Amino acid sequence: MASRHVVAAADEIPPGGRKIVNVRGRQIGVFNLGGEFFALINVCPHQGAKLCEGAILSQLVSDGPGDYRLERQGEMIRCPWHCWEFDIRTGQSWCEPNDVKAKTYNVTVEPGGTLAKGPFKAETLAVAVERDYVIVEM
Amino acid sequence: MSASEAMARAASTVGAIDCDLHPAVPNAQALMPYMDEYWREHMLRRGLDSENYDLMAFPPAAPINVRPDWKPQTGLPGSSLAVLQAQALDPLGVSFAICNVLHGAQAVMSEDLSAALCRGVNNWVAGELLDRDPRLRASILVPQHSGELAAEEIERLAGDKRFVQVLMLAMAELPPGRRQMWPIYRAAEKHGLPIGLHAGSTFRHPLSAAGWGSTLLEDYVSYAQGMSAALNSLLVEGVFQKFPDLKVVLIESGVTWLPASMWRVNKTWRGVRSEVPWLNRLPADIIRERVRLTAQPLDAMDGEALGRVLDQLGSDDMLLFASDYPHWHYDGSDPVPPGIPPAMLKKMMVDNPRATYSRL
Ligand code: FES
Repeated sequence: MASRHVVAAADEIPPGGRKIVNVRGRQIGVFNLGGEFFALINVCPHQGAKLCEGAILSQLVSDGPGDYRLERQGEMIRCPWHCWEFDIRTGQSWCEPNDVKAKTYNVTVEPGGTLAKGPFKAETLAVAVERDYVIVEM
Repeated sequence: MSASEAMARAASTVGAIDCDLHPAVPNAQALMPYMDEYWREHMLRRGLDSENYDLMAFPPAAPINVRPDWKPQTGLPGSSLAVLQAQALDPLGVSFAICNVLHGAQAVMSEDLSAALCRGVNNWVAGELLDRDPRLRASILVPQHSGELAAEEIERLAGDKRFVQVLMLAMAELPPGRRQMWPIYRAAEKHGLPIGLHAGSTFRHPLSAAGWGSTLLEDYVSYAQGMSAALNSLLVEGVFQKFPDLKVVLIESGVTWLPASMWRVNKTWRGVRSEVPWLNRLPADIIRERVRLTAQPLDAMDGEALGRVLDQLGSDDMLLFASDYPHWHYDGSDPVPPGIPPAMLKKMMVDNPRATYSRL
């Protein structure tokens, strides 16, 4: 069964921000997209680069040659090695969304007061009742 | 042809559609009756009626451009309809053959003269070939350095359904995907005419990306490289998105280079596609859907390797049968290269040409 891990205080990762955390020996990137949190494994499915350390960018959209638009700003991550792009919400690669995906993890935000009742694992964090915390399930 | 020879054939050519046949305009004099009045006098004033308008890319006397047993006693190879019928159409038994006249009309510097000469060649094709043998169909030569004039020529001839394609040389002043060329594609798409990109060049730049070669050998090998660049230009500039019904046929540039080229464009696209956000599918998938190739020459390697490379094309719909008469790519009487996988072979003789050339 998946266990729940407290990885950060919610206000440590502002909107547009990210934090790379360690959960059970695995590196995970936790992202805040406008108040919603998402987590991806920090390993690119292509050749293993630290995916979550790449540039956070928009989705490029075009209706045809010469048409250039940005959508979903700040919701794509570009691998630092070969520039493949991944959707931070789903882990899907832009180029081959059904075949090439980065692993995602469920993320929730819970108040410290609830967490005090457990069960959860806060390996590196002391939990204070008055703050909200980001929980990754793994 | 003997019965055993017929048995040994990879596929019967009887009833097939020959997608690349090269009749030749005998000389500029032959064009004169087919030119507009103004340009006929222009040719006379400048002495242009005694020029030969051979494309540098296809020197007619070079052995590679005419098989020894097809070499006529006089005149240019392909310039006699009777000989062409006796050496190609009759023995192969094809139902249709698409004439691609290779002519300097497409390469001359003046856009207006180029347009006038293309009109002359196209009129000559209609009068001297299409009117005389019901098996013949043809490509429209266009002054390809002017998108507007080229589109006008397409409009002028579109009513004649015996013209089934627009012919362009792969290498010209601009890579073919550039927007200045789009009037050609707009007109071609509107009339159901595929763009036939033929190996060759108007010599505005070296045939090799490494610079001017010293020999025909270098130039000839470079045609495949030029075709690959031309295809990339069409893809990347978004011609296939802009003109969703347009098909492109790569003619006489070999086939076996394409799988490696598709792999490379796919791989590079994944990393740098942000330059061209309209290119929103794997480039190789677009190629498989919209690009066709004539299968002579194939640039075939021996034995099983060919089957493996052709499997990597990933589609049985892409190859089109072609004799490439009178160019010298094969000997004997069988223009179908050996070793093509059976499923591909079955479709390339008739089904694929029919699906490609909707006006046939
Ligand atoms: S390792 Fe990420 S794109 Fe190659």
